[in-house]
Amino acid sequence: MEIHLNLNGKPLDAEVRADTLLLDFLRAHGCLSVKRGCETANCGLCTVLLDGTPVLSCSLLAARVDGRCVQTLEGLQEEAGGFVTFIADQGAEQCGFCNPGFVMNTIALLREYPDPTDDQIRAYLAGNLCRCSGYEGQLRGIRAYLNHKKAEEAQ
Amino acid sequence: MAQQDWSTVGKPVRKKDAMALLLGKPAYLDDLTPKDCLVVKVLRSPHAHALIEEIDTENAEQIPGVAAIFTYRDVPQKRFTMAGQTYPEPSPYDRLILDRRVRFVGDAVAIVAGENEAAVDRALKRIRVRYQVLEPVLDFHTAKDNLILVHPEESWRSLCPVGADNRRNLCASETCQDGDVDRILAGCDQVVEGVYHTKACQQAMMETFRTYTEIDPYGRLHVVSSTQIVFHVRRILANALDIPKSKVHVEKFRIGGGFGAKQTVVAEVYPALVTWKTGRPAKMIYTRQECQTAGTPRHEMEVRVRLGASNDGTIRALDVYTLSNTGAYGEHGPTTVGLSGHKSIPLYTHSLEAFRFAYDVVYTNHQSAGAYRGYGATQGIFAVETAVNELADRLGMDPVALREKNMVREGQVMPAYYNERADACALDRCMTRCKELFHWEEKFPVRDMGNGKVRAAGVAMAMQGSGISGVDVGSATIKLSDEGFFNLSIGAADMGTGCDTILAQMAAECMECSLDDVAVFGADSDASPYDSGSYASSTTYVTGKAVEKACEELKDRLCQVGAELLNCPREEVEYARKAVRRLDGSAQVSLADIATKSMCGNGTAVQATCSHTSPISPPPFMVGMAEVEVDRETGSVQVLDYTAVVDCGTPINPNLARVQTEGGIVQGIGMALFEDVTYTPEGRILEDSLMQYKLPTRLDMGHLQVEFESSYEQTGPFGAKSIGEIVINTPAPALAQAIFRATGTWHRNLPITPEKVLLGRDE
Amino acid sequence: MLTIDQYVRAESLEQAYELCQKRNHVVLGGMLWLKMQDRKVGTAIDLCGLGLDRITETERAFELGAMVPLRALETHEGLNAMTRGAFARSVEHIVGVQFRNCATVGGSVFGRFGFSDVLTLLLALDARVVLQGAGELSLEEFCARPPFRDILVRVIVPKGAEGTVYLSQRNSATDFPVLTCAIARREGAFRFAIGARPGRARVYLDEKGLLSGRITRDSALAMGEDLSRRVPMGDNLRAGAEYRTKICQALVRRGLLKLEEAR
Repeated sequence: MEIHLNLNGKPLDAEVRADTLLLDFLRAHGCLSVKRGCETANCGLCTVLLDGTPVLSCSLLAARVDGRCVQTLEGLQEEAGGFVTFIADQGAEQCGFCNPGFVMNTIALLREYPDPTDDQIRAYLAGNLCRCSGYEGQLRGIRAYLNHKKAEEAQ
Repeated sequence: MAQQDWSTVGKPVRKKDAMALLLGKPAYLDDLTPKDCLVVKVLRSPHAHALIEEIDTENAEQIPGVAAIFTYRDVPQKRFTMAGQTYPEPSPYDRLILDRRVRFVGDAVAIVAGENEAAVDRALKRIRVRYQVLEPVLDFHTAKDNLILVHPEESWRSLCPVGADNRRNLCASETCQDGDVDRILAGCDQVVEGVYHTKACQQAMMETFRTYTEIDPYGRLHVVSSTQIVFHVRRILANALDIPKSKVHVEKFRIGGGFGAKQTVVAEVYPALVTWKTGRPAKMIYTRQECQTAGTPRHEMEVRVRLGASNDGTIRALDVYTLSNTGAYGEHGPTTVGLSGHKSIPLYTHSLEAFRFAYDVVYTNHQSAGAYRGYGATQGIFAVETAVNELADRLGMDPVALREKNMVREGQVMPAYYNERADACALDRCMTRCKELFHWEEKFPVRDMGNGKVRAAGVAMAMQGSGISGVDVGSATIKLSDEGFFNLSIGAADMGTGCDTILAQMAAECMECSLDDVAVFGADSDASPYDSGSYASSTTYVTGKAVEKACEELKDRLCQVGAELLNCPREEVEYARKAVRRLDGSAQVSLADIATKSMCGNGTAVQATCSHTSPISPPPFMVGMAEVEVDRETGSVQVLDYTAVVDCGTPINPNLARVQTEGGIVQGIGMALFEDVTYTPEGRILEDSLMQYKLPTRLDMGHLQVEFESSYEQTGPFGAKSIGEIVINTPAPALAQAIFRATGTWHRNLPITPEKVLLGRDE
Repeated sequence: MLTIDQYVRAESLEQAYELCQKRNHVVLGGMLWLKMQDRKVGTAIDLCGLGLDRITETERAFELGAMVPLRALETHEGLNAMTRGAFARSVEHIVGVQFRNCATVGGSVFGRFGFSDVLTLLLALDARVVLQGAGELSLEEFCARPPFRDILVRVIVPKGAEGTVYLSQRNSATDFPVLTCAIARREGAFRFAIGARPGRARVYLDEKGLLSGRITRDSALAMGEDLSRRVPMGDNLRAGAEYRTKICQALVRRGLLKLEEAR
C-alpha cells in the first residue's frame, strides 16, 4: 500500500506492506539512527517523534503514520546538538547504541518541561534503557546543560 | 613523570567518537554493511537434550527466496571452542557448528539463509525435525559423575590440563591451598559457613550479537563482527570451517556494548558458514530472545565459604569451594571459576594464615555460559564479602572496622593471588574516603522511617586483575603521517569504553602533541598489530604499555630522520614537542618536515610497532557502600545511595573511569535485585526478553557517587592498572548486607526480590 | 512473528464493526501486545481516523475515547483533579513515556489483561464501556463476559467519587505490577479493585461493613485482612500467591489510610 508522510521535514511517498513496522521503514529510508534493541517495546532505542510526540517506532505500523509527520535524530541534529555536547563532556555516551533513542526522548522532555527537576528527568527517561553508563552521567550532562542555559539566559 | 606534568593523560577529554554517537551517525555493523545480502537465521532446539533422528528441509527449500539450508550433515566434523582466548585455549573443544546432539533449549539445529526475512521465517517453520528426546541434566548439583553425559562424543578434547573429563561431565576441576586450612579453622573462635548462589545473568548489551560476512576479491572470507576479539574470531572461524587461518579477515566497527559477551564467538559461525558455502554475502542479527537464550551469560555458581576468625576479628583462614555451571558447552568454564577464589581470598591477605580454594565446573543442559564483566570474581566476591559481613554481625563489629583490620595492604605478598605482591594498593585509602563520603557512621545504624520503612547500609570490597599475566599480548603501531599527525593502530576493541581515546591520550602524551593529532584505527585482523583483544581488564594496562613502548621507538626513528635533515649525528638530537632538535638548541626540524621527508627519498620507516605482555596482573581495588530503604510490608528494596571509591592506579581519563564505575555498579545492582534466570521443568529459560529479564532503569538505582584514590602502578602506562571489570563486584554483597540489617535475613541467593525479602526466604 | 495481509483505516465505526467480525481480523490498539505475538492477521483494522483519541468532559462523567493514549490519562488535569492523581499513579510506572504514548485505553480495556493497571482503576471507579455492537454496559459486566468480537468505542468514567486512590507493587520501577489496588469512595461506600493477582482485576465491596463509613487504623487493617482472605491469588514469574496475599493486606490498608488522609 502507498503512504504519504512528512519525514524530517520532507514529504515522502512510499510503498509499504501492511505489516511493515515504522522502525524498519525508517531504517530502509536512511534513518539509521533508529535502532532496535528488543522485541518487546522495553528498551526505548527506537524512539522517534510522531507529530512531535515520542513513540516507539518498533510498535507502530508504517501504514499508521500515513498523513503524519515523523522526525528522527537525522532531522533534529541542531536541536540535539544544543545539549549532547554536555553528555559528551561527561563521557556518558559510552557505546552509543542507546543514544539516539535517549536523545530523541530528551528532546521531547525538554520541549515539555524546559526546566525539569532531576526526578522529572528520571521519570521521563525511564523507558530508555542504557546498559553502559549507569544513567548518572546522562543526568549530570542534562543538568550541566540546563545550568548552562540558565546562566546564559541570566546574562 | 609526575602526574601534574601531564597534559593529556589524566584529563577528562571527550571520547573521540562521542559526538558522532550522540548524534546518531551510522557507525555500527548494521548501519554500514550492505542491506542486500542473505538474511541468516537459526532453527533452535525446543528440547534441552535430544538427538536429531530425522531432519527434512525439502519443503522449506522450495519457498521462494530461500537460498540455502544447512544441517549437521553439512558442517565440518572437527570440534572447536567459541571462547575468545589465547591458543591453546583452556576451554575444551566441544562444539560443532551444528551437531546431531542438541544440548540446550535454543541450541542450533539448522541454518537458513534467504533473500529476505519473510522467506527465512517461513522456511524455519517448514523444516521438519524428528527428535529422540533424551533426559537432560538440569540440576548442576547432580551433573558431576551423572550417568547422563552432556558430551559423550569421542571427538571431545581438552587442550590444557584443567582437570576436564567429558566422561564425568567435568569441564574443569582443581584444588590449591596455602597452609593447613583445616587445622587453622579447627582452632578458630568463630567459623562462618555459608553457601552463596548467583545466577546466569545476561550482559544485555544494547546491540545484540551480529555478524556480516562476504568473500573478498582475493577469495578470502571477510568478516565484520560486533566483537571484542578480532584475532580470536579469525582463529575460531578457521577452526569451525576447517579452513586455513590465512583465508579469514576479521574487522569490527563501533560496538554497541560487550561486557564480555562479545569475547565469545556467538553469531559469527552461522553467516560465515553460509558465505563460505554459497559464496554470497550474508548477515545474522541476533534477536533479543536469542541473546537471552542462546548467548553467553555469566556462569551460575554456588560458592561454599568457610571463614575462620578470632574473637577480636582477625581473619585467619578461608576455605572456598566453587561449583560452576558452564551449561552445554565449556566456553570460559575452566577460567572464570578461578577468579571466584583468586580474586576474593587475597582481599584478606593481611593476617590470613591459610587458605584453600577448590572447584568443579560442570556441564549441564542449560544455555552455555561465557565471559561477563567480573568473570567469576563477581560470584566469589559476593560469597566471601557476605561471609565477612556475617562475621561482623556475629562479632558485633562494624564491618568497616573488621575490614580495616584484615584487608590487604600495599607491599604484601598475596599467596592466594599467585604470590603476586600488592605493589600499588590504596584499598585502605579507598575505605577511609568511602566511609567519609558515604557518612558511614550515620548510615550504618538501622533507622526506622515510619510507615513500615527502614533504612540500612552495607559495605563490600573488591579486586580484579589487569590483564592475564604471561598470556595477554597488547600491541600498537604508531606512524608519522603527512603534516606531522600520527596514526595509531591497535587490535584492542573499543566497545564503548573509550579505549580508542584512552590509548590516543597516551600516544599524545608520549609524542607531546594534541589528542587531535592522533588518529586511531582498530581493530582489523589484517591491518592491526596483534592484540589478544579487549577483555580481562587488559586494554589500558597491557595495550597502553605497548602504546608507550611504540612511541619511544618511533621517537628514536624520528630522531634518525631528523638528524639526517639537520646534518648531524643521531646522538646530537632529541625529540621535543613535535620536532627534532639539536641538543645545543641551535636548530630543529618540525614533524611536518620529517613527515614530508619520510615520503621522499627516505629509507627509514617512520613507524614503530611494539608488543607488550606482563608477567603480573596488578589488581585494582575498590570499596562500595550502599544505603537502602526496605519496605517491611511489601519487601521492596529501594537503593538510595551508592558510594564507591576506586583505586585503578592512574585514571587515564577520569570521566571515562567514572562512567565505567557507575555503569558497573548499576549492572551489579541489577544482578543483586532484579535480574533473574529461571527455567521450566524442561529447561527453557523464562526470562527470555527485556520484558521478563529486568534491567535496572534510571528509577531503580538511586544516587551514585564515585571517587578515585589512586595508587601508582610502576609497571603500567602512566601508573595505570584497570577499571573495566572490578566495578561490578561490590553491589551484591553490599546490598545483601544492607537488606540483612533491615530485615534480619541473610540472602545468600541472588537476586533478592521483594517476595524473598518479605517472606524472609532465601532460596 | 506477526504478519498482516491487509491494513484498513476504518472510516466509520460501522465499517470497523463489520470488519472485525471475521476470525483473523484484528482491531489495532497500541499494538504493543499484538506485535509480540506469533500470529497471522488477515486484516488489521485501525481506528485512528475516527477521532477516538479525545477525552471529553460532561456534567456527569469523563469520556475516554478508545484511542486515547495512556500518557493522556497521566497528564489530563480534569481526570487527575477528580481522582487526586490516581490516574497518573495508575499509568506512570508502565515502561516509559514513549510506551504510554503508544498504548491506548481501548487496548488496555478490551484486552482485559490480568496485569492491567488501568483496568484496576477503572473498575474501582465503576466505569462503563460503550461498544459498537453490544452498546453500553458496566466495565465489570464486560470483564465478566467471555471474549467477543466488537469495537470498544469509549470508556465512561462517572464523576462523583469522593476519594480515589491507586497503589501498585512492582519488583522494579517500570515492570508489570505484582499486585494492583484501587479504591474509590462514593456516597460513603467503598469500592475496591484488586488486579495482577495475577489474574484480571476483580471488584470487592465492604459487605461486612468493616469500615462502616469510617476509616481508622484498625478498620483499615481489618479491611485489608478481609480482602487478603477473599481475593484469590495465584503464582507467576514475578511472585507467588502467598506473597500477593500478604501485600494485598498492606496495599488495602495503606490505600484506605491515604484516602482518609486526603479528605
